Amino acid sequence: MSEVEVADIVLLSLKVSAVAMLFAVPIAFAVAWVLARHEFWGKSLLQALVTLPLVMPPVVTGYFLLVLFGFSGFAGRAFRTVGLDFAFRWEGAALAAGVMAFPLLVRPMRLSIETLDRGLEEAAATLGAGRLMRLLTITLPLVMPGVIAGAVLGFAKALGEFGATITFVSNIPGETQTLSLAIYSLLQSPAGDRAMAMLIAISACLAIGSVLLSEWVGRHIGQRRRR
Amino acid sequence: MSLAVRLHSRLGDFEISAEFEAGAGVTALFGHSGSGKTSILKMIAGLIRPQSGVVRADGRTLFDSEAGTDIAPPKRRIGMVFQDARLFPHMSVARNLTYGRWAGNRNSSADLDRITELLGIGGLMDRYPATLSGGEMQRVAIGRALLADPALLLMDEPLASLDQARKREILPYLEEVRDETGLPIVYVSHEVDEVARLADTLVLLSDGTVLGSGDAVEMFSKLEFGPALGRHEASSLVSGTVSAIDAQYGLCTVSLEGGQELHIVSDRVRAGDRLRMRIKARDVALSLAAPQDVSVRNVLPATVRSFALDESPFVEIVLDIGGQALRARITRHAFDALGISTDLPVFAMIKSVAIGQRMLSGRK
Repeated sequence: MSEVEVADIVLLSLKVSAVAMLFAVPIAFAVAWVLARHEFWGKSLLQALVTLPLVMPPVVTGYFLLVLFGFSGFAGRAFRTVGLDFAFRWEGAALAAGVMAFPLLVRPMRLSIETLDRGLEEAAATLGAGRLMRLLTITLPLVMPGVIAGAVLGFAKALGEFGATITFVSNIPGETQTLSLAIYSLLQSPAGDRAMAMLIAISACLAIGSVLLSEWVGRHIGQRRRR
Repeated sequence: MSLAVRLHSRLGDFEISAEFEAGAGVTALFGHSGSGKTSILKMIAGLIRPQSGVVRADGRTLFDSEAGTDIAPPKRRIGMVFQDARLFPHMSVARNLTYGRWAGNRNSSADLDRITELLGIGGLMDRYPATLSGGEMQRVAIGRALLADPALLLMDEPLASLDQARKREILPYLEEVRDETGLPIVYVSHEVDEVARLADTLVLLSDGTVLGSGDAVEMFSKLEFGPALGRHEASSLVSGTVSAIDAQYGLCTVSLEGGQELHIVSDRVRAGDRLRMRIKARDVALSLAAPQDVSVRNVLPATVRSFALDESPFVEIVLDIGGQALRARITRHAFDALGISTDLPVFAMIKSVAIGQRMLSGRK
């Protein structure tokens, strides 16, 4: 495996993870908001559903994705009508990565929404700020550390996703073969020790970098408030 | 300017049923914790919705359950100061102060420089809330409310979370705000001291209902509110004008309406200042004859207006000193020994040191 191929795998992984986060973060924020702020029938059900990818075997999650979003799946057919195809495509890998990272996104977001002093929003209301203005000037800036921390962790998780991805969209070089899948393939072939070492090193670096970034972002934003 | 409030609300077991009106100046909602005063304030601000009632401020109907009117909090033009300041932690003091302008679309006529000077916070503009002291935070919160162009200012125990020293720091600023802005202020408190110093109108609350409301001075002199105000806090508010200052002894003479004089210890006042003094009932002693050679500096001729006599060891008496009410608490034993009765002329003795400087309020 050449260095160009290694670079392609890394780029594909970054693309899959980035797209996964692009869609998963706003949805996770909405879910975290609803869980933190509202009481409704079926709340514990939603809560369980959100946590499910964390505890269910990834292969099973991948299987459900295949059933739902595959060629003949109900959701898969619906999305195909708007020109979006998941089966055996990198879009499918992004979907799997997003679903698997979802619990990691929701948890810190929900926590930061719950710990936000609602009195601050009340104060903003008495000062004339409407609902949207309160969200933009008070709520979002104050929960941002939680959102960013969640997004970075989720990104790292998405980069390393394996089980659900290989079950749902298989292991197709150049299309769905992300970092973990490539390492797995190389492990099974006699040649390619050097490429495998590179991929493992890159994976580890990305993971460590993400965690450090997440910590740094949290500290930096926190510090501005304590200055 | 006037505020008319009629509210009814049931929150679980707790029922609030309150009705009162307030004019210009400071209206104090006074009651012990759990009496519903903060809930009433939040209902005026629109942060809690009452089940029924009417809230009218300055001729504007803010809430009317029958007409279906319920103006959203941002549109009520009410400035609110919370017990815990509630400054926005991610914004500088300057951004906090001007929040009403840039986020609330309030075109305040109040001048930023004037308000920061009034509250002594001009030097804090670039700081962040976490670096401020409790007193500074509360002053910034007051400034932020004032700069949002309020028609009515609501204050929810703004001093409750501060220690004694910080309270003394803020009280003069509150008096400045009251006198300078001319805004009607609804002030929630469970501290008799603050109420005595700030209030023009007093609304007495207990268990969610109004025990009584009216002019603060009159309310303080009414015996039936003794239990609500607290036995040890029972006092009268007496007003007068500083007529002379004796710098050598650190005493100043206050001429009361009605021609009598009080001597008090104060280094803060100037001749001509209007003062409202709080005199606790237990600091007033009575004598049938004018006492000679006593250390007490204030001996005022008075007549007994009314008294509350029951089985308790104490008797609460309301005296008349030149048209103003003065409360006294003496033992039932002394009451019988002196043969106190209505319209009896007596001499009220008040130690000058009992009329502390802290209990004074300047009035323009």
